[in-house]
Amino acid sequence: MHSILAVDDSASMRQMVSFTLKNAGYNVVEAVDGQDALEKANTRDFDLVLTDQNMPRMDGLGLTRKLRANPKFKSTPILILTTESSDEMKQAGRGAGATGWLVKPFDPVKLVEVIRKVVR
Amino acid sequence: MANSHSEGTAGDAGIDLSQFYQVFFEEAEENLARMEQQLLGIDIAAADDEELNSIFRCAHSVKGGAATFGFKDVAELTHQMESLLDKLRRHELMPSAPMVDVLLQAGDALREMLSAHQHGRRAGEVDTSDLRANIRAMADGKPALASAAAAPVVRAAGPAVSAPAPVPTTASPMSAPAADAAPAAHPRVLELRVGPLADPNQANSLVELFSEVIDLGRIEPIDGGQAADSMRRFKITTTSSDDDLLDLFTFHVAREQVQLLPFGPGYGWHAGAPGAPLDAAPEPSDVGFGFFDNAPGAPAIAPAASAAAPALMAEPAVARPKAARADSTTASAEATTLRVSVDKVDQLINLVGELVITQAMLAQIGAKVDAGLYQQLAKGLADLDRNTRDLQECVMAIRMIPMSTVFSRFPRMLRDLAAKLGKKVDFVTKGESTELDKGMVEKITDPLTHLVRNSCDHGIESPSERLAKGKSEHGTVTLSASHQGGSIVIEVRDDGKGLSREKLLKKAREKGIEAPDSLTDNEVWNLIFAAGFSTAEVVTDVSGRGVGMDVVIKNITSLGGTVEIDSAEGYGMSVKVRLPLTLAIMDGMSVGVGDEVYILPLASVVESFQVRPDVVKTVGGSGRVVMVRDEYMPVLELEKVFSVPRSELDNAGGIMVVVEAEGGRVALLVDALLGQQQVVVKNLESNYRRVTDVSGATIMGDGRVALILDVGSLVRRSRH
Repeated sequence: MHSILAVDDSASMRQMVSFTLKNAGYNVVEAVDGQDALEKANTRDFDLVLTDQNMPRMDGLGLTRKLRANPKFKSTPILILTTESSDEMKQAGRGAGATGWLVKPFDPVKLVEVIRKVVR
Repeated sequence: MANSHSEGTAGDAGIDLSQFYQVFFEEAEENLARMEQQLLGIDIAAADDEELNSIFRCAHSVKGGAATFGFKDVAELTHQMESLLDKLRRHELMPSAPMVDVLLQAGDALREMLSAHQHGRRAGEVDTSDLRANIRAMADGKPALASAAAAPVVRAAGPAVSAPAPVPTTASPMSAPAADAAPAAHPRVLELRVGPLADPNQANSLVELFSEVIDLGRIEPIDGGQAADSMRRFKITTTSSDDDLLDLFTFHVAREQVQLLPFGPGYGWHAGAPGAPLDAAPEPSDVGFGFFDNAPGAPAIAPAASAAAPALMAEPAVARPKAARADSTTASAEATTLRVSVDKVDQLINLVGELVITQAMLAQIGAKVDAGLYQQLAKGLADLDRNTRDLQECVMAIRMIPMSTVFSRFPRMLRDLAAKLGKKVDFVTKGESTELDKGMVEKITDPLTHLVRNSCDHGIESPSERLAKGKSEHGTVTLSASHQGGSIVIEVRDDGKGLSREKLLKKAREKGIEAPDSLTDNEVWNLIFAAGFSTAEVVTDVSGRGVGMDVVIKNITSLGGTVEIDSAEGYGMSVKVRLPLTLAIMDGMSVGVGDEVYILPLASVVESFQVRPDVVKTVGGSGRVVMVRDEYMPVLELEKVFSVPRSELDNAGGIMVVVEAEGGRVALLVDALLGQQQVVVKNLESNYRRVTDVSGATIMGDGRVALILDVGSLVRRSRH
């Protein structure tokens, strides 16, 4: 079973994402911010990281940079969730080494559809 | 702006988003509370980046959730707040007091909206168009609109009527000088959905609008001019904000018929990014997501959507400057907390209560067996006793919440109140981490609110009056909480004008309350608790309409608490509220009268002693008094109060127990002191009916029911 690390500081978003992905047959580990995610990523492997951008302690871009610096996550898909759909944000994501972006709000079907494109 | 739960974005997703609403509501409430707290604490002249970032994040977080779960009105308002806050944290605008005010108002409006959604109300609608317009004006660097300073209006019931289209204040918001809109000049590509429309051609007027208004951008139909399910779809390229667009559109179609969405499916891959799909190139219109070319994990075939200009891609990533996060504790605390419904905790407490009773029964039976013969049993019972007690403490601790949950509501209240009264008030809190049972916290909030209001309204003088008295212009209201023994003491203190003995006595006499000059200071202060007593010379709409302090004392007394007043005229006053830590279990003293057992709250017991019949004197016919250390005290015979049948006359009324409540004392005549124990309080009213002089009941170790006496009521009885 594929494992996904879902990172968001909002409990309701985490719950929604987690529920949706578990329903779709993925194993989901939740983290409350970039720092928490990094600690969890150090202890195990993930097939995909789905992270919010704006979070306390460490944001999504920061997390992406740190993960890419770890050989273990060199080619793991990292998707940044963001309400900021501007080019600036997308390019910042690219610069940090993200695989793609997903604009909030999204619906559960969309989320699964996007994730299925890279985790099979 | 009609909105309902059915608008959840997952209507077609097979997942019912409503299951996440509760968490969202709680989280939003927390975010709003944090935002308010931070807004109140902000130093406008020198707001630091971290504060602004943190406030921004609160609005941002609420917006994200609201948009996801389909609470459009909440998302719209938070979007405006976020735009303003974003400019503040980027230092494109300087914070100002009106901004703080309007953000606080927005917070209030959001609470109202969320509460409406939470309770499934549809009819009433919070009209925030003024508020949003005001925030938008501020974000554009314009002064606040005067009319918008008013609080949001809750509209009366009725079908959600579309908000009247706001009349553009200047020629057109879009024709504002470019300098104003400079930071947000990126053109956006949006999908515009209009409908359901009876006549699909109605939407064409929007196309005309784009040719009429300069700089609005481009619009092109993406449905070939054909409506699907009475909906028309367009692609818009614009630099205008959603609100500006919507304001214009509402001249042609109803507000709730218009939807603006990011154009495309809302996701994307960076070409070449690691992990991106190899083949899945989204349709050309898919700009809502993307992969980067050659980025780790990206699909081999880069989707068209991500084909941004190479120049852009070559640019180094520009992350917004972020200061160190101060609220990391919040985030890490969240990771280790578990949300449990209060019902479950209450059930747990109930069960522990039952266990305590069972344990007491076993202990009583165990005491009868020979401990020498049944050593193991005796040891087991002793362990059970200890474990039960530990368990009980643990479970009670679950319900304990810090006083900060109550205190946090006051800074805002005082700020508004002081502004209304034209006073300058500093608010100081101490001991916010002191914990109290949740049930108590809920019940103490109203009385405390009243006391704090009173301090600000009646206590603190106007700045000119204070200066004239040689005091600092700013008054101080201090709210503190601390544990003292088995109680919590909450004090409301101010450095205002204090109570005036003369004024109180005069007022009392005017009200027909007996008030001889011989009253001690404390007795005079307690006069303010008399029903219908108010010392304000002018009755304000803030506090004091002649009801209040008497209600305050009634509420506190019903919680088993006491109130002490201390005051020095000209220097201020202090009101101390002493409360038991919990309502569910209390320390009691059991006393025997005839064959009955009664429980007295241990906190109210002053002393007990044996009496000789001759020290009890009869006065005025039926009243009896006893002399205790040269002081006469009324005597109540519990036997008579509860008409206890008595089979034998031996031991009758040999012991006096002096109890104290509501500033008065009474000596209770009982047969025997049986012991002290923790008793689980069972509500008599909900199980039977209200009984005078009795506050509840408990089950004793031997299975018998004992009544818990209401000492306050007994003291009042002795006064008549």
